[in-house]
Amino acid sequence: MPRMDSTVQWSDAKTDYGARVTILGDDPRTLHLAISGRLDARTTAGIWQKAADEIKRCAFPQVVVDASEVSYCDGAGAGLLNYLVHIGQQGGKHVQIQGLSGPLQKQISSGQSELPSPGFSGAAKVGPIEALGQKVLDLGQDLVAQIAFVGQICQGTVRLCRQFRRFRWKDSLYIMELGGVNAAGVVALLGCLFGLIMAFSAAMPLRRFGVEVYVSDLVAIALVRVLGPFLTAVILAGRTGSAYAAEIGTMKINNELDALEVMAIDPVTFLVVPRVLALIVAMPMLAMITNLVGLAGSAMVIVSLGYPLVTYWAHVNDILTATDVGVGLVKATVFGGLVGTIGCLRGLQTQTGPGAVGQSTTRAVVSSLIALVLAEGVFSVLLYVLDI
Amino acid sequence: MMAASTSDPIVRVDGLTAGYDRMVVLQDVSFEVYPGQIVAILGGSGCGKSTLLNAMIGLLTPMAGTILINGRDIVTADDRQREQILSAFGVAFQSGALFGSMTALENVALPLEEFTDLPAEAVEWIAAMKLQMVGLGGFEHYKPCELSGGMCKRVALARAMTRDPKILFLDEPTAGLDPMTAAQLDELILQLSQGLGVTCVMVTHEPASVLALADWVIFLDKAAKGITAQGRPTDLSHDAANSLVWQFFHRKTKDRGTVDA
Repeated sequence: MPRMDSTVQWSDAKTDYGARVTILGDDPRTLHLAISGRLDARTTAGIWQKAADEIKRCAFPQVVVDASEVSYCDGAGAGLLNYLVHIGQQGGKHVQIQGLSGPLQKQISSGQSELPSPGFSGAAKVGPIEALGQKVLDLGQDLVAQIAFVGQICQGTVRLCRQFRRFRWKDSLYIMELGGVNAAGVVALLGCLFGLIMAFSAAMPLRRFGVEVYVSDLVAIALVRVLGPFLTAVILAGRTGSAYAAEIGTMKINNELDALEVMAIDPVTFLVVPRVLALIVAMPMLAMITNLVGLAGSAMVIVSLGYPLVTYWAHVNDILTATDVGVGLVKATVFGGLVGTIGCLRGLQTQTGPGAVGQSTTRAVVSSLIALVLAEGVFSVLLYVLDI
Repeated sequence: MMAASTSDPIVRVDGLTAGYDRMVVLQDVSFEVYPGQIVAILGGSGCGKSTLLNAMIGLLTPMAGTILINGRDIVTADDRQREQILSAFGVAFQSGALFGSMTALENVALPLEEFTDLPAEAVEWIAAMKLQMVGLGGFEHYKPCELSGGMCKRVALARAMTRDPKILFLDEPTAGLDPMTAAQLDELILQLSQGLGVTCVMVTHEPASVLALADWVIFLDKAAKGITAQGRPTDLSHDAANSLVWQFFHRKTKDRGTVDA
């Protein structure tokens, strides 16, 4: 046992029975540390950093830690002793722990071989520029994946058309009911409120010029050509697209997609095509509901301003053409395809782990919203160029 | 070389190297399974049992090697060939992987609906028979969430058997079941094998199942990244030379002695 040198001594100051680290000895090639007292989660916290720093700082090739005076040692204490050995090895020093009781010695040494290095997270650290590059690359790959997925859906649709007899009508109608019919209520409610708010907001400034009756023209054009399909698609992205992602994601986690694959059943044909078709069919109908109840909502405002309903109807009838309605329905069909495709793709891309399905659902909604805005932009430019 | 090799192997894995990203889990693994055999793939956690199974059933593309099922390579097969290979085997996943939105009957009927021209009534009849076969007559219209874990595994087995495959791949068929239910499932697998001549390849952790069922055992080891021992289960369980295999069958702890399987 080396001679005790009391020049340096730390302990956790809160208790007198706590852990203590003492530097011992005068050996020029070896650092002697003595750890004594109670090593539990509370007391170990007070000496952890200092003991580790002492080993990191020392220039000796040998470190001997005397733990014979340790009265109690739990997992935290074992962790400290284990850590001291590890950081010594990292600095090229040989750390030896002496004086431990048998079972404790085994606990310390059993962990040494598989001790993770500090900062262990399984992945290498990346700088901000590399991270930005990776993000851009991921975005590009995601875009390619989405395009490829659209191709797969087309392939699946062709396959279904060829084997039309095998088409699962019952399932598809059920999916349509869930995504379309059951959404009609919320779509109608929000559409009515939206028409009402829009008409009211427009009526206030127009009233100053005495032309509030033209609110009906404004709302009719905005709603039928742009906002009706868009609002419906946003509602369905949050309601049905996310549900698709969650449903397919859960199926993936439960190995149900693997089960389909080993039965030689294509998951895209079996799961995705009916869902996307359901939304392609349901979305224009729902958009029509939004348009009608939105117009009804705006009519309420006009009537409340003192105009007869017939005036409102004459204005709407005058301004709206079949082309406007057609444009809105085409948009709604495309939006339906987008929301369905993205929801299903995010579901299929679900990773493993407890948060994976939630993550897929979030990604489905966010991606759908971005895609809807982009598609709306493309439509606006296209309709302007084509003068429709 | 495996015993009883009078006929051509029905499954032949040759020089298989497989893993995930850059991590190699299995290196140069080769073995053969002969018709009618029950082969158990054993090993500790993380030794590559599931990787091997996933590669054999075509869910994981290996880094190298060939996997011949019925003489056809599943790795290089195109879509049409792959469909033919897949029709030769059934898979029962560890979790059952039953479709939650369908009833037990619909789950079992699905492969028939997708790949045969049988009328709906016939499909239902055959699916109900398969459920009877696994002892689940009367549970046809129950959904998986209404069935116990053991029942779900039986439905999965019935679904794997729907198209009368020549080979059954079973991923931990008795994991998580009580000893009585596990024994019933073992009995069922034995009946399928002996009665219908189905070849079974099963991944398992249960020494009791291995001793009761398997004709041949392939023992994988994480350190070796491949097969560390293979042979008849009774021979392997008495082979004290290989400590890993011995531990598997006899689960030895120093403090309380041996707990026999």
